[in-house]
Amino acid sequence: MHSHTLIKMTEQTKNQRFKEMVLPHLNAAYNLARWLTRNDQDAEDVTQEATLRAFKFFDSFRGEQGRAWLLGIVRNTCYTKFQKNRGQELNTPFDDESHSLESQNPDMPHGNPESILSRHEDFKQLNGALERLPVEFREAVVLKDLEDLSYKEIADVTAVPLGTVMSRLARGRKLLRVYLAPMKQRDGDGM
Amino acid sequence: MECKDSLELLPAHVDRELGLPEAMEIERHLQTCPRCQAEYAEQLALRAAIRRDVTYFNVPSHLASRIQAALPSPPLRASLFAKHIWNRSDMGAALVSIIAVAWSVSLYLALPSADDRFADEVISSHVRSLLTSHGVDVASSDRHAVKPWFNGKLDFSPPVYDLTTEGFSLVGGRLDYLDHRPVAALVYRHRQHIIDLFVAPVTGDRKNVPPRSLSRQGYHIIHWAHGGMTFWAVSDVEPAQLGKFREMLLVYLNGG
Repeated sequence: MHSHTLIKMTEQTKNQRFKEMVLPHLNAAYNLARWLTRNDQDAEDVTQEATLRAFKFFDSFRGEQGRAWLLGIVRNTCYTKFQKNRGQELNTPFDDESHSLESQNPDMPHGNPESILSRHEDFKQLNGALERLPVEFREAVVLKDLEDLSYKEIADVTAVPLGTVMSRLARGRKLLRVYLAPMKQRDGDGM
Repeated sequence: MECKDSLELLPAHVDRELGLPEAMEIERHLQTCPRCQAEYAEQLALRAAIRRDVTYFNVPSHLASRIQAALPSPPLRASLFAKHIWNRSDMGAALVSIIAVAWSVSLYLALPSADDRFADEVISSHVRSLLTSHGVDVASSDRHAVKPWFNGKLDFSPPVYDLTTEGFSLVGGRLDYLDHRPVAALVYRHRQHIIDLFVAPVTGDRKNVPPRSLSRQGYHIIHWAHGGMTFWAVSDVEPAQLGKFREMLLVYLNGG
């Protein structure tokens, strides 16, 4: 009887701890999944699957940063799902209009219509360029610049050495500049 | 340092990941090399543009609810109590569960009860403001616009500082009501996260109280008193970031 109650309590503590340590990072999880899969439906599936897996393996969580821990699981879920079933889909060249970010509602800055328009152009250009990046570079840039993870955390999440993180970031950003260069010339102003 | 080494280290320098000796060496090189300097400026500009303009996808609310619902839900504490307390033959188990509840509660709540109640109010207010889009009554990143707005609405003048250069942008302020009195709520943005800072005069004797932290429902709170004002910062950012926010604010509060 006692042990039965204790098991219940342990489950309850686990559930509570999970809610406090991991669920606050659902946005980060979804954002990474969305940038890896590049579409809403797959991102939702991956996020849900990864979160439930995280709960299942929560006993192996040692109190490190909950966000990096969850992001590692999101990434693995993503790779398992796609590389097993659909080959290199995460890396296919990306030009499908149906994936357009237009339907999204980015946080628009205050300002006059003109500046909103030009900001909107920026969103489209940078988003588009990031979507075109090979997945290894894309995830490094998302983890660094959108999630603000340290190199060490990115190395843990993506299971590669620190040096690889550095070179992926450097090459990814270089490619972004190559993608953006023609647009920049056309605009005639800096990024 | 040669350009070749400098160019290799620049990305890590942009990300502030270099150790101090390397960072100093590269800074020295940048002073003397216009080519590397231009490259550095380009990389900084790209980094700023990504952070400013790339879409951050927040989890759709229907997905968040679906995930919450899919988690195995444990029995409620209340029902555990009721079941065991009324069944006298099971008092031993009830005791175990009471101890366990007390233990798990104490893990998360380190504050005394008055602060505790206040913490609940602080979180509720923060969540309410996020849900209802009633984030700010006065929207401005200019502290000289936000601070006077409180004149006549409060019987004290809250300290208002913009910490944009430290990574915490002032978004605005609103009037809030906590613990039976009106307080100033200052709203900051750190990347995609909103930080609410509640400010009110200290009611007791202690004009300065060291910081205390608390986490609940996925939100983190840091509470302290300084110079006769009591501060409650609440957000879903990592506790370390909230600590940094407090430190930056203290620099200004101390006239830095």
